[in-house]
Amino acid sequence: MNLFNRLMFLDRRWIFLLLALVCIITYVIPFEIPVTKTNEVRAIYNYIEALKPGDIIHLGVDYDPSSLAELHPMTYAIAEHAFRKNMKVIFTALSQNGPGMVDQAIRDLTDSMKLDRTYNGVFYKGREIKNGEDYAFLGYKPYPALVIYGMGQNYRIPFPSDYYGTPLDSIPIMKKVKNYDQVKCVVGIIAGNVADMWIVYGQGRYNFKLALGMTGVMGADYYPYLNTGQIFGIMGGLLGAAQYEDLADNQGPAKDGMRVQVFAHILIMIFIVLANIGFFMAKGSLMGKEVR
Amino acid sequence: MESMTMETYLWTTLGAFLSLCIFSFLYKDNPFYKFAEHLVAGLAAGYFVIILWHNGLKPNLFDYVGDGNFYLLWLDSSHPWYMVPAFLGALMWTRFSRKWSWVSRWPMAIYIGIGVGLSIPLGMRNAVNMQLFSTMRPMAWDNFLGNGYLDPTSGFSHLLIFVGMLAALFYFFFSKEHKGVFNGVAKFGIGILMIGFGATFGFTVMARISLFIQRIQKLGEWSSISWTDGAFTAIWLIVCGSFIAVGIYEFIKYMRNRGQTKAAA
Repeated sequence: MNLFNRLMFLDRRWIFLLLALVCIITYVIPFEIPVTKTNEVRAIYNYIEALKPGDIIHLGVDYDPSSLAELHPMTYAIAEHAFRKNMKVIFTALSQNGPGMVDQAIRDLTDSMKLDRTYNGVFYKGREIKNGEDYAFLGYKPYPALVIYGMGQNYRIPFPSDYYGTPLDSIPIMKKVKNYDQVKCVVGIIAGNVADMWIVYGQGRYNFKLALGMTGVMGADYYPYLNTGQIFGIMGGLLGAAQYEDLADNQGPAKDGMRVQVFAHILIMIFIVLANIGFFMAKGSLMGKEVR
Repeated sequence: MESMTMETYLWTTLGAFLSLCIFSFLYKDNPFYKFAEHLVAGLAAGYFVIILWHNGLKPNLFDYVGDGNFYLLWLDSSHPWYMVPAFLGALMWTRFSRKWSWVSRWPMAIYIGIGVGLSIPLGMRNAVNMQLFSTMRPMAWDNFLGNGYLDPTSGFSHLLIFVGMLAALFYFFFSKEHKGVFNGVAKFGIGILMIGFGATFGFTVMARISLFIQRIQKLGEWSSISWTDGAFTAIWLIVCGSFIAVGIYEFIKYMRNRGQTKAAA
């Protein structure tokens, strides 16, 4: 069996092993790589950066733990950016395992916000963020399309009380909010078809400013909505999160993961090239044989 | 390194152990993987039931009809009309009876009717018409190259989208044989589709690697915490040692099998 035939019959577990080694080695050796910022991520950052203290944004945390790796860094980066600028954040979770994600993010952000930090040359004194005053977590409701539609009429229709059981009218920041008209923008951090629902039943019906953060798998499908102006920004996958972290000067797990991502991609490209060379060179001798 | 209690460390270790269990599937299916898989499925189902009760049924139904009487099916409450959707929802459970399963079609019909009524106009406008209008927008000849590469507002982008859309549609037109100019346009359409699929594939690779990166980060944190305390280190060594031992055993078995297969050939 020549080299090309060997390539075609290579046990795929060697590829897994090599990929794992590359990822672990690049993770263990700390170095930084530059991240190019795209216009669609910059648009989200610039919009939130331009808002005033006291403005309210809605952060839809519509993903399960299975997408945590890509989407949690976006939630952290945007929420911390908003809190540091003294904005208020309304959290909702339209994914069934989403409340745990929000709960964890709020706990971590509460700790992080107590620290003094300097971002992009601006000093932010640490402070305690309070439930009801700085943020409201409305919880989870099933049937996302109907919930998104209902919030456009009144947040109190799908969410008579928040996640902790407090009636919405008793929550200070919700007293000023009836529907999407009182929030400056909705940023949906989404895995799955809830993104379509935000566009069709939310932005399309009530015409509010909508930006989406989504898993890498979904990214390419939603660019048409950017061109129509239905959404004003997209963050796709870990790269989108890394770009936002970089813009906000708040390095987190996404930016940290970029060096691993780059080398893993290079390795995968090498594999693709090798597999194609192997396939074309061994084409004649492989007729009728099963390639792994 | 922040200090950690043994209780927190054990939970972190459990997370790390389950991650290793799931990754073991990359070698082959095994009981560790099966255990972790079933645990995830069971936990997610249990979590969902509790979340649905506390975030759905309780605040949106029982808090409204709670002032009524259970034995009167809450129909004497201050919000008796809330029992109508509750009753329809309860009818869904008749699916489990062969005799009465037809009853579940009524709430299903109402639900589908509401869904269709909402989605047709909004879906048509926002997912179809808006995209069509965007494809047919006036060509920006005065800003043909735009500002920066692949500027979506540039005339070049408009032209590319329009021509690419037409070519892709040509490919899916099967009423005429793909020959001559028609074939050329259809082939260009395939090229456009392939670029789209390639972008999706690239994003998908990035997504899968991202999942692995996050696990490495968590395992890395767990590993570094493990060296802050003797008890933590012992647990770390037991978990890692078990996996390494199983790995070495499987590798030896694999090499032996390989040798036997070669000898037989």
